[in-house]
Amino acid sequence: MNLKKIGLLLGGLMLSMAIPAFAQAPTVDTGDTAWVLVSAALVLMMTPALAFFYGGLVRKKNMLSVLMQCFFLMCLITLQWVVFGYSLSFGPDIKGWIGSLAWAGMHGVGLEPYADYSATVPHQAFMIYQCMFAVITPGLILGAFAERMKFSSFVVFSFLWAAIVYDPVCHWVWAVGGFLRKSGALDFAGGTVVHINAGVAALASALVLGRRKGFPARISPPHNLPFAVLGAGLLWVGWFGFNGGSALGANGLAANAFVTTHVAAAAAGLTWAMLDWKFNAHPTMLGKITGAVGGLVAITPAAGFVSVIDAIWIGIGVSVICYFAVAFLKPKFGYDDSLDAFGVHGIGGMWGAIATGLWAQKAINPAGADGFFYGNPALLFIQIKAVVVTIVYSFVVSFILLKIVDMVLGLRVSERDERIGLDLTQHRESAYTMID
Amino acid sequence: MKYIVAIIQPDKLDEVLQELEQSEIHLVTVSPVMGRGRQRGISEVYRSHKEAGSLLKKTKLEIAVNDTFVKAAVDAIIKGAKTGEIGDGKIFVLDLEQCVRIRTGEQSTAAIG
Repeated sequence: MNLKKIGLLLGGLMLSMAIPAFAQAPTVDTGDTAWVLVSAALVLMMTPALAFFYGGLVRKKNMLSVLMQCFFLMCLITLQWVVFGYSLSFGPDIKGWIGSLAWAGMHGVGLEPYADYSATVPHQAFMIYQCMFAVITPGLILGAFAERMKFSSFVVFSFLWAAIVYDPVCHWVWAVGGFLRKSGALDFAGGTVVHINAGVAALASALVLGRRKGFPARISPPHNLPFAVLGAGLLWVGWFGFNGGSALGANGLAANAFVTTHVAAAAAGLTWAMLDWKFNAHPTMLGKITGAVGGLVAITPAAGFVSVIDAIWIGIGVSVICYFAVAFLKPKFGYDDSLDAFGVHGIGGMWGAIATGLWAQKAINPAGADGFFYGNPALLFIQIKAVVVTIVYSFVVSFILLKIVDMVLGLRVSERDERIGLDLTQHRESAYTMID
Repeated sequence: MKYIVAIIQPDKLDEVLQELEQSEIHLVTVSPVMGRGRQRGISEVYRSHKEAGSLLKKTKLEIAVNDTFVKAAVDAIIKGAKTGEIGDGKIFVLDLEQCVRIRTGEQSTAAIG
């Protein structure tokens, strides 16, 4: 008991040293609260946006299955979060590994600020803001197993993954006492927690489920690119809540994160189009939006730690790296990451975490650290360690979870159902009618 | 009676319909189709993955006519659809065994026009 108290005290002390704002008594600030609540809504919008981004890329016969999986997560993970997920993630720390169940069922999560996380907004506002991250993260994974996973198995896997993979990793990186946070790893808005975590789980699922029938030669092209463009556009807008909101206040840091987010996406979108132009003779719409989303992924861990000009390098870097991952790595190894969830979110997230170690500076955010290019190579190694830990944990546990669900329920639909399409076989609906 | 099937460039449809109209051929069924001929298609690229299939969008016309209108119909289609470039399309003329107007039950040549 005494040890715990000392630990909490120490944790509090470290935090108050890191972020001076925490020194004052917690009172709700209306501007901060307004921004966090609006940001929460923006991040929620990213899940249906992702649904259309992914949905446009699948074949007609699987459109609803993608929309349904995304929308289902909005309901399922929200309930998981308020019942026990939030407590596992942010609740009182148990040895750096996981939160206790002390906050289960919103016990003690009230309208007063909880100074360790957000001294100026109601604890519940912080909780619901984080909820939206927990919702979209398993959504990202489905890009890898789209068009072939049984819906019931998807539900079971997503629920277990949220509790066993997302919640612990979230705790390690963001919670007071989390061991990666204590090690000094920087993740402003979820590059590690959300994107590497989901991207690596996506690779595991592509490997466990195997390729779609006919991959790669006989898979039809995206059925509706305009939907994908609409989804990507809404993702871009929502990302201002994702990254800008992670400042947890309406302040200069939020403005920095907002601007770097926008600039990195622009640089990455432009770079991908240029690469397409050079290597495929034409700039493509799909390449353009893939690059922009890659830029948003890469800037996520860095948004509140890097300067605007350095954000351009992060954006250019992510498109170069992800372009080669998608165009050369995937065909070489032959895994069917259907919509490039690993290629964009996994690889892009890794680059973002490493780039944070390169370009972070205390001049931007005193609570952060200086990176490699600002005289502190140590941060780079801390970042790499956090990346490796997340890759290993997410891959191994996701792989085992998928194998277990496969043994108990079966992960894949039958060959016949795959041919007919998931909309009709899993949901008894069609996205489009052929005749009025 | 003949059944004329023509595959033309989609952007020539209006001119073909106008020419048919002038030849007093009013009944026609039109549908969008995909296909390829000597012109070949244009292959698509998605995230650097080249699609194997390469088809072009075309428009298909189907017209049932009495024998006296066959030449007029074919001429009208050619006049409207011809650009002189590869890819202008083709016209197929088939024998037509029977034709029934659903509303009146009329058959053969009486039902066609």
